[in-house]
Amino acid sequence: MLEIKNLHAAVDGVAILKGIDLTINAGEVHAIMGPNGSGKSTLAQVLAGHPAYEVTEGSVTYEGRDLLGLEPEERACAGVFLAFQYPVEIHGITNAYFLRAAINAKRKCQDLEELDPIDFMEMLEEKLDVIGWTDSLMERPVNHGFSGGEKKRNEILQMAVLEPKLAVLDETDSGLDIDALKAVADAVNKLRSPDNASLVVTHYQRLLNFIVPDFVHVLARGRIAKSGGKELALELESKGYDWIKEPAGV
Amino acid sequence: MTKEPEIRDEYVADYEAFSRNGGSGVPQWFEDLRRAAISQFSATGFPTTRDERWRFTNVARLKDTKFALANGERPTLSLGEVKQHVLGAGADQCLVFLNGRYSKELSSIGGIPQGVLAGSLRDVANSGSKRVERHLAKYAKTSDSPFTALSTAFMSDGAFVYVPQNTIIGEPIQLLFLTASAGRPVVAHPRNLIVVDRNAAASVVESHIGLVDGTYWTNAVTEAVVQENARLHLYRVQREGGEASHTATTQSHQRRDSSFALTTIELGSALSRHDINAVLAGQGAECSLYGLTQIQGRQHVDHHTTIEHARPHCNSWEFFNGIYDDDSRGVFTGRIVVHPGAQQTDSKQTNNNLLLSKGARADSQPQLEIYADDVKCTHGATLGPIDEKALFYLQTRGIEAEAARNLLTYGFGVEILNRIEIAELRDQLDQLVHVRLDEGAERRRAGK
Ligand SMILES: Nc1ncnc2c1ncn2[C@@H]1O[C@H](COP(=O)(O)OP(=O)(O)OP(=O)(O)O)[C@@H](O)[C@H]1O
Ligand SMILES: [Mg+2]
Repeated sequence: MLEIKNLHAAVDGVAILKGIDLTINAGEVHAIMGPNGSGKSTLAQVLAGHPAYEVTEGSVTYEGRDLLGLEPEERACAGVFLAFQYPVEIHGITNAYFLRAAINAKRKCQDLEELDPIDFMEMLEEKLDVIGWTDSLMERPVNHGFSGGEKKRNEILQMAVLEPKLAVLDETDSGLDIDALKAVADAVNKLRSPDNASLVVTHYQRLLNFIVPDFVHVLARGRIAKSGGKELALELESKGYDWIKEPAGV
Repeated sequence: MTKEPEIRDEYVADYEAFSRNGGSGVPQWFEDLRRAAISQFSATGFPTTRDERWRFTNVARLKDTKFALANGERPTLSLGEVKQHVLGAGADQCLVFLNGRYSKELSSIGGIPQGVLAGSLRDVANSGSKRVERHLAKYAKTSDSPFTALSTAFMSDGAFVYVPQNTIIGEPIQLLFLTASAGRPVVAHPRNLIVVDRNAAASVVESHIGLVDGTYWTNAVTEAVVQENARLHLYRVQREGGEASHTATTQSHQRRDSSFALTTIELGSALSRHDINAVLAGQGAECSLYGLTQIQGRQHVDHHTTIEHARPHCNSWEFFNGIYDDDSRGVFTGRIVVHPGAQQTDSKQTNNNLLLSKGARADSQPQLEIYADDVKCTHGATLGPIDEKALFYLQTRGIEAEAARNLLTYGFGVEILNRIEIAELRDQLDQLVHVRLDEGAERRRAGK
């Protein structure tokens, strides 16, 4: 589904990703761990198409297409979703209005009719029910004055509504209480299917108890330094990152 | 360009002619107010950008054009043409003014509740109403602005609204000022007085709409008196023609425990300057000022606001957003004066300006003058282009770049439009904002 080859990326002329190779097949969940500043968010932003990150070398193929040649909205249309580490606040636009704009953008590229406000609310209620949240945040401007945990939950709600094929979650578990964490895990697990895949960036093994990954990768200084199964996360939790020295081939 | 003293002389001469002809037959006290005002204007003339209060707004286009008084012009307009500008809610309490003069034929006042007075200021003043005499021109000072001086000097018609004690009016009273078929540059000085008496509540919609593309000038003054424990929500919509100039003062005066809200939307005219002066003259009074400007081309809108906390325990909120496209220009001044002894004042001011193009410009200046020690005054301003982070965020949710830009811009507008409690008015303005956004997006797509 996703094939990253020798990916190099820079921001403001500073090289950050220095040759990433990673293949994600449909049906798989991959976790990425690694020290602060190692490039995890950079990788996530490059996949989503952030214009500030310049790809200097390498390629990313998504379902046979050149992902890097697509605009961010085209990637979204093709089923790529990024849950931001730091979700953005938006003036004036309510969460409900925003979600409806997003779902209708998606429906437009699927050649489906727009949802009117009533149908939309019905669909939304359903999603909220499934992830066990109330709609108290729906009439507030997007992320405006939301607590850290509320912002993260909001990312998950968007994911649940948009039902992406490839979900990239950047530290969505940070700052969540245990109930919210379970809800996040539930939402990701619900999307799990032979056709979908997820890439979960996290610092904590805790999340991986609920979203059991097929593969765990360690990113260090812009490269994948080690890859393994789910037991690698446990090992990292007890030993830290220092023991990983040599970048390992995938 | 004519020299300044000669321009003043011309206005004085216009005044003399006016007071003999079109403006004659008014009570003596009315005439006295006018005469004092023209000598005030003749002493100062038009403001210049050397005056701190006029630093960012050049009124040369008013000074250099010879405007004839619009009062005499009586263009014909059908009810049908007027109707599209009348809100369904309160359609039968709508006063229509055509080129500054009250039009009985175009107005619809059947729904005005018993005891409530809403009619032509000229008619009411001539009928010898003590109420008008007690309040008219007592709040908007001719020394504050040369345009208020001109308004008072050429005072002839406008709306007088009086809501008696304990009366609550559900539907808004509409004041519709239309300018039509100005074959030559004309000026109208609509003058309004709204008095909401003790424990009464009302909302008023004051709209200025241009039905012509040519050069004309509207110089409006509205005085609003909100008595003890009364409530007034005043909406003001400025949609003058593209070559028009609009100068205005909205002056409010509040007594104890009263509440006044002004929501002002500026969309039209080439040049607009709106002075808003709110005086909190009684304990426990509350005042909210909301403003939205959305302009393009070479339009210029200047909001000059002053909130005076004259008594303790008053709250004021001020929230102005501006959306500037092309080479348009916005100015916001937020002056807050807390008088000695006005303790426990709580005041908050926010001014956000969105610049949609490289040529657009906005200036924002808070001015806090605080002479009491136990007060809470906060202010904040933002100025800049669309937030790139927010833009990317929306794009990652599948929203195409131009649509995302518009959505973010709309957010600025809707923050203010949401304050409008009349659904129909809100929807109508929402529509106008969207049309402008779509036009802007079209222009950008075409320019690429
Ligand atoms: N605009 C920039 N200019 C220069 N360096 C930058 C810029 N943005 C990010 N970086 C650097 O890129 C490196 C990788 O950042 P990134 O956010 O990808 O790390 P991360 O692995 O997600 O870290 P964390 O675990 O703290 O979230 C960091 O050293 C960061 O300081
Ligand atoms: Mg990160």
